[in-house]
Amino acid sequence: MSHDHEHDHEPVAESPVATRVRLLADRLVDEGIVTREELRKRMDWLVSRDPADGARLVARAWVDPEFKARLLGDAREAALEVGLDPGPSPVVVALENTEDVHHMVVCTLCSCYPKALLGPPPDWYKSLPYRSRAVSDPRGVLREFGVELSDDIEVRVVDSTANVRYLVIPCRPAGTDGMDEDELVPLITRDSMIGVAHAREPAAV
Amino acid sequence: MHDRGGWATAEPIVREDHELADWEVLMDAIFGALGARGVMNVDELRRGIESMPPEEYERASYYERWLYSVESILEEKGVLDR
Amino acid sequence: MSFEGGQRVRISGRSHGGHHRTPDYVKGKTGTIVLSHGPFTNPETRAYGHDGLPEQQLYLVALAGDTKDRVYVDVYEHWLEEAE
Repeated sequence: MSHDHEHDHEPVAESPVATRVRLLADRLVDEGIVTREELRKRMDWLVSRDPADGARLVARAWVDPEFKARLLGDAREAALEVGLDPGPSPVVVALENTEDVHHMVVCTLCSCYPKALLGPPPDWYKSLPYRSRAVSDPRGVLREFGVELSDDIEVRVVDSTANVRYLVIPCRPAGTDGMDEDELVPLITRDSMIGVAHAREPAAV
Repeated sequence: MHDRGGWATAEPIVREDHELADWEVLMDAIFGALGARGVMNVDELRRGIESMPPEEYERASYYERWLYSVESILEEKGVLDR
Repeated sequence: MSFEGGQRVRISGRSHGGHHRTPDYVKGKTGTIVLSHGPFTNPETRAYGHDGLPEQQLYLVALAGDTKDRVYVDVYEHWLEEAE
């Protein structure tokens, strides 16, 4: 990055695709098909989505067994109960990891993802290799993410082919017994709610 | 081309991510607004993406695919003339 | 057709030229119904500007497999048949 004062004022050239998108938005607004205000509201919504929201659902489920039951019964309603926005999908399902089952979520057909609760999906989730290999070689994918699971655990890959959004409830790590929800939230990473990572151990934070 | 489940690939998963550029956030908002207003729906969005020529599909980034689809579908529906 | 949890099913192996949400890798495979998500509009018709009615039941299906690991996939009822 240049420290030359002049470079601080140089405008970054707009890429061709950025131009096309800007012009599309302008046309849609000019022709009264959408308003600038609703575009702005939606942009604000997207950039403010945070995986800490999903993590709050998981943390509460860890400390409150009755909430966990409600989360497993209807994650969309459970999110509303906690004051979160579950997003436009009509059905959100929480998948509970146990000592016998480890869930991993993918959308092989496009890249469906619970972005209301986790924020926009990472590039690797949308990538062609992840979409191909998650269903045919999940343990290989997990290994690339540094996760090795014993053979007596069932790896359960869930392919969200329709409009249902899935969220993984990772296993609660050892050494967290005394911790409250606020202390647990930072341990619950976005990747653990996709299913390519475990939740963090307390000493690692 | 879009239906990737189980495709043989030795390609490793590049564990990268990038913060969405403004144009990408705007593209998301454009489709969201069109959807909320009933101008186009998510099934049409996906169908439009699936209609991309294979080389373009592979080369395009996620929101570039959305742009292609929205432009095509809106033209098809006569919402916007090219 | 409607299905019950635990019921064995086969996913149709038919080809479908237009937009559809049944991936190729699941076509022709057998599995077990895990649960029903309830009724959803049909993406195959809604993708072409129709209303997607009548709604179809959407099922979470556990594909049969050789190892302990499993792939679960959401499949619309009109792609499912009873299996032995």
